[in-house]
Amino acid sequence: MLEIKNLQVDLEEEEKTILKGVDLKIGEGEVHAIMGPNGSGKSTTSYVLSGKDGYEVTGGSATLDGADLLDMEPEERAAAGLFLAFQYPVEIPGVGNMTFLRTAVNAQRKARGEEELSAGDFLKLVREKAKALKIDADMLKRPVNVGFSGGEKKRNEILQMAMLEPKMCVLDETDSGLDVDAMKLVAEGVNALRDGKRSFLVITHYQRLLDHIKPDVVHIMADGKIVKSGGPELALEVENNGYADILAEVA
Amino acid sequence: MAVPSIKFDTAETLISAYKMPTGAKWSDATRTNAIARLREMGAPNKRDEYWKYTDPSALTAIPAANAALFENDETPMFDSIDRLRVVFVDGVYDPAQSDDLSGENVVIETLGDALGKDIHWAKDLFGALEADGQNPVPRPLATLNTAVASEGLVIHATGKVNRPIAIRYVHSSESSDAMVHHVIKVEEGADITLLESGPGAARFNSVVEVDIADNGGFHHVRTQGRDHERKTVTHMFARLGRESTFKSFTMTVNGVLTRNDTVIELTGDDAHATVGGASAGDGTGFHHDDTVFITHDAVNCESRQVFKKVLRNGATGVFQGKILVKPDAQKTDGYQISQGLLLDEDSNFLAKPELEIYADDVACSHGSTVGAIDDDTLFYLTSRGIPRQEAQDMLVLAFLGEAIEEIEDEALAADILDRMDAWMKRRQG
Ligand SMILES: Nc1ncnc2c1ncn2[C@@H]1O[C@H](COP(=O)(O)OP(=O)(O)OP(=O)(O)O)[C@@H](O)[C@H]1O
Ligand SMILES: [Mg+2]
Repeated sequence: MLEIKNLQVDLEEEEKTILKGVDLKIGEGEVHAIMGPNGSGKSTTSYVLSGKDGYEVTGGSATLDGADLLDMEPEERAAAGLFLAFQYPVEIPGVGNMTFLRTAVNAQRKARGEEELSAGDFLKLVREKAKALKIDADMLKRPVNVGFSGGEKKRNEILQMAMLEPKMCVLDETDSGLDVDAMKLVAEGVNALRDGKRSFLVITHYQRLLDHIKPDVVHIMADGKIVKSGGPELALEVENNGYADILAEVA
Repeated sequence: MAVPSIKFDTAETLISAYKMPTGAKWSDATRTNAIARLREMGAPNKRDEYWKYTDPSALTAIPAANAALFENDETPMFDSIDRLRVVFVDGVYDPAQSDDLSGENVVIETLGDALGKDIHWAKDLFGALEADGQNPVPRPLATLNTAVASEGLVIHATGKVNRPIAIRYVHSSESSDAMVHHVIKVEEGADITLLESGPGAARFNSVVEVDIADNGGFHHVRTQGRDHERKTVTHMFARLGRESTFKSFTMTVNGVLTRNDTVIELTGDDAHATVGGASAGDGTGFHHDDTVFITHDAVNCESRQVFKKVLRNGATGVFQGKILVKPDAQKTDGYQISQGLLLDEDSNFLAKPELEIYADDVACSHGSTVGAIDDDTLFYLTSRGIPRQEAQDMLVLAFLGEAIEEIEDEALAADILDRMDAWMKRRQG
């Protein structure tokens, strides 16, 4: 599914290397988690995968089902099946959430040569998915993320993911800022999308989320590299002992 | 600084170039007076403070420069709305294309017909609000209009007028130089909607004078568009009585030069005035100027100015807006916002917001911003699969939408939004 090889990334604006050779391979239907200290490059990895400006790839590759992601525009990556749930979802005054969702869904369908969803079908679908995430009609009508609470924004990300049905989902700290109940809702939303084919990359600081979304592999990122990979027990180790031991061990 | 004599030379040139209508009966004295006033104030000049950001020479040149005709295959503006249609071709009333000028609670005459009468109620208004609006800043092009315009409508609303009066200006000759003057009287408790659309002429000078009595309402939606080479100067003078409402919105696209002056005087307590505008300009040739002057001269009145301009490829947008609060105009609520969205580094937005307040119990605020499309927002949209251009259009429309929202009538607002959307789509690829 997703294959990242020796990915090296600098900032465009200043002389600074952020990613120093990231290797990651996620197979079909797998759930991988990335943990790691603040500033280690987790969000940067997700941004570079989805095509944000401001980064310069100086080496390595990233492919989705063999297609070169790094060569595509962000919208092409999305149409190819990549989705990023943002650590900090953006507020967009003046653009209705519903209009935004419909435009996105139909743009992707169009890019893939599929027929656009009719207004009626779209509405039915969005209502059903929103209900499962306890997103009310008012939130759908409001401008995208404007005036949403932290937790509402994260649920809105999952709603977008559910509507767009990507094959590779990257979740950047979707659990931060969520109360216990909201975390369960989000986890249920994610688990509902697990169908044995769709793959997930879950960036998190907390083991708690991984109780709900069971990862196959846990990676530890530090200073722009994956320094250790293991099973779910690795997340527990981080939870109990922090990163010091792991970092000392690999140093 | 010595006033350049060119102002007065140009005024003389204008006065001799345009003919004052002969035998204009009740308007004669007003026109003679306007000529005298114009002589005294001179023509606008780019060295005038009020024309600092907009060079008026194309508006005063004799003869007016030609403007190529523009083929427009769109359905006419406001087509889906039940309206009374009035058509002016190159500034001349065209009865053949117009509906019968009669409606419930309203008397509509052409200015030409009204001028033919020995005595007319319009005598007290025609040129009067324009003359009032000359202080403290002269607006000579409106005075010129008063002096010589023989085309326009004279509208008397005596009650609720259900169908909007929709004026369409058709540009049909490359060398047309049109002058149109409308006078509108809204009686106590009456209410009327005026719609204006179209480029008008190669050069188009319009004046609208609106007198709104107590509890009256005047709604105005105007589109100036789709004609690439036209030049336009408009003036709207409004006087508001007690608890009356004035709402005016203008959408502008294309054209090389547009200057819209709006001069409002709130003279009765508890009155409300809103002036809004959304404009979109493409290319170094585009220059669009909204100039607003609102005088609060009564208690507990509210005024709003909301202007948004999106500019690309070297286009220029100007906003000059002033709120003047007289000493007795306590409890004034004045709001003003002007924003420019620049789609590239070649475009310009120039704003001069002003407040002049002589009362002590008022709430006035103004703000002006200029910016570009936010990269993070654009990335968010594209990361969801929305192509960059479409995402940008969504953001532009959202930006303009905040001004379009000022239109009270939802059907009209939707119509305007659709046109803006279509304008944007034509610029894709
Ligand atoms: N546009 C940028 N300008 C300057 N520094 C940047 C930029 N983007 C990333 N960085 C730096 O790169 C490093 C990695 O940042 P990144 O956001 O990827 O970390 P992270 O692992 O997601 O951290 P956190 O756990 O706090 O979210 C940090 O030191 C950050 O300051
Ligand atoms: Mg991060």
